[in-house]
Amino acid sequence: MNSPASVVSARDLGLTFETGDGPVHALTGVNLDIKKGDFVSFIGPSGCGKTTFLRVIADLEKHTSGSIEINGMTPENARLARAYGYVFQAAALYPWRTIEKNIALPLEIMGYSADEQKKRIAAMLDLVNLAGFGKKYPWQLSGGMQQRASIARALAFDADLLLMDEPFGALDEIVRDHLNEQLLKLWDKTNKTICFVTHSIPEAVYLSTRIVVMSPRPGRVTDVIESTLPRDRPLEIRDTPEFLEIAHRVREGLKAGHSYEE
Amino acid sequence: MTSLLRDRILPVLTVIAAILVIWHVFVIYLNAPFVRDQAARAGTTVTLSEIIPQTFNQERPILPAPHQIIAELWDTTVAKPVTSKRSLVYHAWITLSATLMGFGMGTVLGIALAVGIVHNRAMDKSLMPWVIASQTIPILAVAPMIIVVLNSIGISGLLPKALISTYLSFFPVVVGMVKGLRSPDTLLIDLMHTYNASNSQTFWKLRWPAAMPYLFTSLKVAIAISLVGAIVGELPTGAVAGLGARLLSGSYYGQTIQIWAALFMAAGLAAVLVSIVGAAHGLVLKRMGVKP
Repeated sequence: MNSPASVVSARDLGLTFETGDGPVHALTGVNLDIKKGDFVSFIGPSGCGKTTFLRVIADLEKHTSGSIEINGMTPENARLARAYGYVFQAAALYPWRTIEKNIALPLEIMGYSADEQKKRIAAMLDLVNLAGFGKKYPWQLSGGMQQRASIARALAFDADLLLMDEPFGALDEIVRDHLNEQLLKLWDKTNKTICFVTHSIPEAVYLSTRIVVMSPRPGRVTDVIESTLPRDRPLEIRDTPEFLEIAHRVREGLKAGHSYEE
Repeated sequence: MTSLLRDRILPVLTVIAAILVIWHVFVIYLNAPFVRDQAARAGTTVTLSEIIPQTFNQERPILPAPHQIIAELWDTTVAKPVTSKRSLVYHAWITLSATLMGFGMGTVLGIALAVGIVHNRAMDKSLMPWVIASQTIPILAVAPMIIVVLNSIGISGLLPKALISTYLSFFPVVVGMVKGLRSPDTLLIDLMHTYNASNSQTFWKLRWPAAMPYLFTSLKVAIAISLVGAIVGELPTGAVAGLGARLLSGSYYGQTIQIWAALFMAAGLAAVLVSIVGAAHGLVLKRMGVKP
């Protein structure tokens, strides 16, 4: 029923948390197909279920209704097959490991040979522009550099899917712009499928090929916007009418889901 | 260099000087009645200026003067061969060997219990209350029973004393390690989950290194109370050797100077042991790249 190129395919997906105050509908009726090579952003206010959806894909939460397939597998099997890399809001580097040892962590766990580890660490450090920082400890790096190291760690093994949960949310705007630009280049070079959670409209529009607009209470998808921007996007593209038009549609989508109320 | 003198050495010297002044005042105050009694019995009267020098040189003073303790320490460490039964080094070694054995066993036991408690819900619920309850029992009351029971099944010497040290020292290790092994952020645990890491990989790559600072803080407490445990183990059992035996025989025969010398030896030993653990702590954290 799914086309083989579908990386993530959700049908009427729902997740309800049972709490002391009664059930909380974190996700209801989510239908979504993410194609290979897509850059999909999830945008919406807090409580709209965007992070929860990402965690369901990653098998960090279990859905309670509907179905979801990752590369044609259940989320659990996809996780066991190490189908994705996950980047958290915080860099979550291990403080007692150097940057290169942090990148090596998934490789050690997945049993890559020492030679292969070395090769991949060097390649990843180059990819995220951290060459020469491999021997540093995380506290010796700035927040932006730490987050880049964390992206390198998620890319080090052969997962085609990259899940990013507000990875630049804690960084200042200047650093964030720079990292957005680098992320696009990286996406272009590696041809990975990326799911990106954010609550910044410009960030979502700048990065994505598709933007999924979500709304809270209950958490649901209110709109899916296909971007008309070209694949090659300099930072200046954000001043073009086309960019502003898409940003306007995202804002309208959020408004339609009553996201601006309260 | 001058800042080291000002910030470290000077405050310590000030406190030592204050303690010495107070000490000497008490030496005079506590030992003077004996001098007066002696004089009264001999039918003579003594003036204050005659009393004071005598309070510092009694054979069995209520409170020995510092120089008497130092002289006793010198006499029983440097001036005696270490194999002599009157050498304090010999007694300190007896106590130290029980301390180290008990500390080693307590550390291993503590870590093993903590690993079980963290990984097994049943152990967490059933064991932790007993671990805490074990420390509410006064060790002084239990120590003779442990020694007597073990003696009756043919175990005597070092092991019973070491077991009392173990009994005391495993506790801080369990409490510290349970906290340490649980200290990693949920984010870091989730990360291991996304890698489909096994339990043992999560343990060795995440929980164990994260617990190191907690472990060493616990070990500092554990080594100090191991020493206390070993001394307590020697006290009520009529042990013939060890610092506890020196304290006991000193109090039997009113040898206050001997008691104080043994106390100073124990305190010095504790200081050395704690600083060795402290140095190991610093070394391990440095190797783990902790921000200086």
